[in-house]
Amino acid sequence: MINYKLIRYIKNKLFAFTVILSAFMVLLPLFLIIKFVFTQGASSLNLSFFTEIPKPVGEVGGGMKHAILGTLYVVTLGALIAVPIGISCGVYLSEFSKSKLSKTLKLTVDLMSGIPSIVIGIFAYLMVVVPLKGFSALAGGVALSIIMLPIIIKTSEEILKLVPNHIREAGLALGLPRWKVIIFIVLKGSFSSLLTGIILAISRASGETAPLLFTAFGNMYLSYEINKPIATLPVQIYTYAISPFKDWQRQAWAGAFVLMVLILTMNLIARYIFLQLKSNKKGQ
Amino acid sequence: MLKIKSKTQDAVLFYLLRITALLVIGLLLFIMFILFKSAWPSISKNGLSFILKTTWNPIEEDFGALPFIFGTMVTSFLALLLAAPVSILIALFITEYLPTRFSQIISLLIEMVAAIPSIVFGLWGIFYLAPFVKDTLSPLLKANLGFLPFFSGASFGIGILTASLILSIMIVPTITSIARSIFELIPSHQKEASYALGSTKYEMVKLAIITPSLSGISSAIVLGLGRALGETMAVTMLIGNSPIITKSLFSPAATMASVMANEYTDANTPMHVASLCYLALILFIITFVSNIFAKSIVKQFSKAG
Repeated sequence: MINYKLIRYIKNKLFAFTVILSAFMVLLPLFLIIKFVFTQGASSLNLSFFTEIPKPVGEVGGGMKHAILGTLYVVTLGALIAVPIGISCGVYLSEFSKSKLSKTLKLTVDLMSGIPSIVIGIFAYLMVVVPLKGFSALAGGVALSIIMLPIIIKTSEEILKLVPNHIREAGLALGLPRWKVIIFIVLKGSFSSLLTGIILAISRASGETAPLLFTAFGNMYLSYEINKPIATLPVQIYTYAISPFKDWQRQAWAGAFVLMVLILTMNLIARYIFLQLKSNKKGQ
Repeated sequence: MLKIKSKTQDAVLFYLLRITALLVIGLLLFIMFILFKSAWPSISKNGLSFILKTTWNPIEEDFGALPFIFGTMVTSFLALLLAAPVSILIALFITEYLPTRFSQIISLLIEMVAAIPSIVFGLWGIFYLAPFVKDTLSPLLKANLGFLPFFSGASFGIGILTASLILSIMIVPTITSIARSIFELIPSHQKEASYALGSTKYEMVKLAIITPSLSGISSAIVLGLGRALGETMAVTMLIGNSPIITKSLFSPAATMASVMANEYTDANTPMHVASLCYLALILFIITFVSNIFAKSIVKQFSKAG
C-alpha cells in the first residue's frame, strides 16, 4: 500500500525547498554584482576622478569629469524634449481615456518602450547625425528623449488618474473651463508627483549606452557644444572596460560605481515619493 | 459671449493635446519608415533571402543575417530557459511564502536590479563572469556533459554561454515583477477554497495559482523574451562578436544588436550601412511582434479574470 499522505507531504516540502533555492539562486548573482561594483568601484574612486579629464593614453591618472558633465548635458537635452511631450500625452491619456486615439496612444507607448535601445540609436543617427554631418550632443539628446518618452507618458498617466474625479467636478461646478481645471487643478496639484516620473525616466536614460554609441559618440575632453561629440559616463565606461590598460579598467569600475549610485538613488527617491503619494491618497 | 470664449479655449487645449498624442504615434511609424527607407538598398538587392544567407563579409559586400538571427535566438532562448522557471518560482516565493514585510524588501531589491544599467552588467561579466565560465563552469560542464555537441571545444570565457547567463540575470526582474502582479490578482477565497478541500501548500499553488494564471505567466515570459532580444551592451561585451553558426555554446557568436553596436560607426560603404539598417528593421519587427503578442495574451487574461 502506498502512503499517499507521506508522498503529498514530501512533495509539498520538496516544492517549498525548490522555491527557496531558486530565490537564493536569483539573489546570489545580484548580490555578487552589487558587491563587486561597490568594492571595486569604491576602491578605485578618488577625488581626481571627479575633477580631472583623461590623461593621454599610457599615463596613469585622470578622471571622468568630462563624462559626468556630459551625461548631465545630454540627459538634460533629452528631458527638455521628452518632458513637455510626455506630460501632455499623459494628460491626454488620463483626461480623455475613452477616445480611440487614447487607445492607440497606449498601444504605441507599450510598443515604444519595447524598441531595443540600439535601434533607437540608429534612428537618431539617421535623423540627426546624417543631416548635421557629424556626431553631436544633440543627436544623443534626441536618442535619449525617445527612451524617456514612454516612461514619462506612462507614469504621468498613472499619477494623473490618481486625482479623484470629484476634484475635477468641483472645479467644473465652480464654472471653470475644462482647460483651467486640467492645468490649474489636475496638473498643478500633482506637480511634485509628476516629478517622480521624470526622475525615473532620467535615471533610466542616464544609464543607456547603446543609443549614445553613434550619436553622442564620446570624446576625451570637456565640451559643451551642442553640435560636437560629447563624452557620457556609460560610453566612457564601455571604452575603458574593453581597453587593455589596467588604469583605464580601474576607472571603468569607478565610473560604474558612480553611475550605479546615481541611478539607484534617483530610483529610490522616485519610488519613495510615489509610495507616499499612494498612501496619502488611500488615507483620504 | 464668455461661454463661447471658454469653449474655444477648451478646444485649443484639446487640439494641442491631441497633436502631441498624434506626434508620438507618428514617431513610432516614422521610426519604422526611416529604418525601412535606409535599409532599402539592401532589401532591394538581397530580398528576403537576406534572412537565410550565412555570410557576412563587409569587404566583399556580401551580407546575410542568419548568423546574427541565430545568435540572438540562441542567447535569448537559453536565457529564458534559465530565467523563466526561476523567476516564476521567486514570484511565488514573494507572494506566497514570505511574510509581507520581507516580500516588500525582496521585491524592491529585484526591481532595483532592473534599474542597473546594462553596461554595469557587461563590466561585471567581463571581469568576473567570463573568467568564472572559463575556469570553473565550462570544465565542469565538459567533464560531466562533454559527450553533448553543445559542450565541445575550448572555452575562452567569452561566448554564447556567458552571454546567455548575463542575459538570464538581466531578464529575471522583468518576468518576476509581471508574474508577481499576476499572482497578486488571484482572489484569496480561491486559495482558501483549495485549503478547505485539504490540499497542501504545493497543491494549493498548483491548483489555485499556477493553473488559472498560465496565460499571464506566458505573457510575462514573452515580455522577458522581448527584453532579451534587444539587449545590446552586456551581450556585445560578452559574446565575442564573430558571425558564425556553431553547435558549441562555448564558441563566440554575434547577435543582431551586437553587430550593430560594433560595426555601425565603422561602416563606410552604403551597402554595409543599409544591411545593418536591414538588421535593425528585422530586430525592430521581431520585438514589435513579440510585444504585441504578449499584450494580446494579457488582454485576454484580464478579460477572463
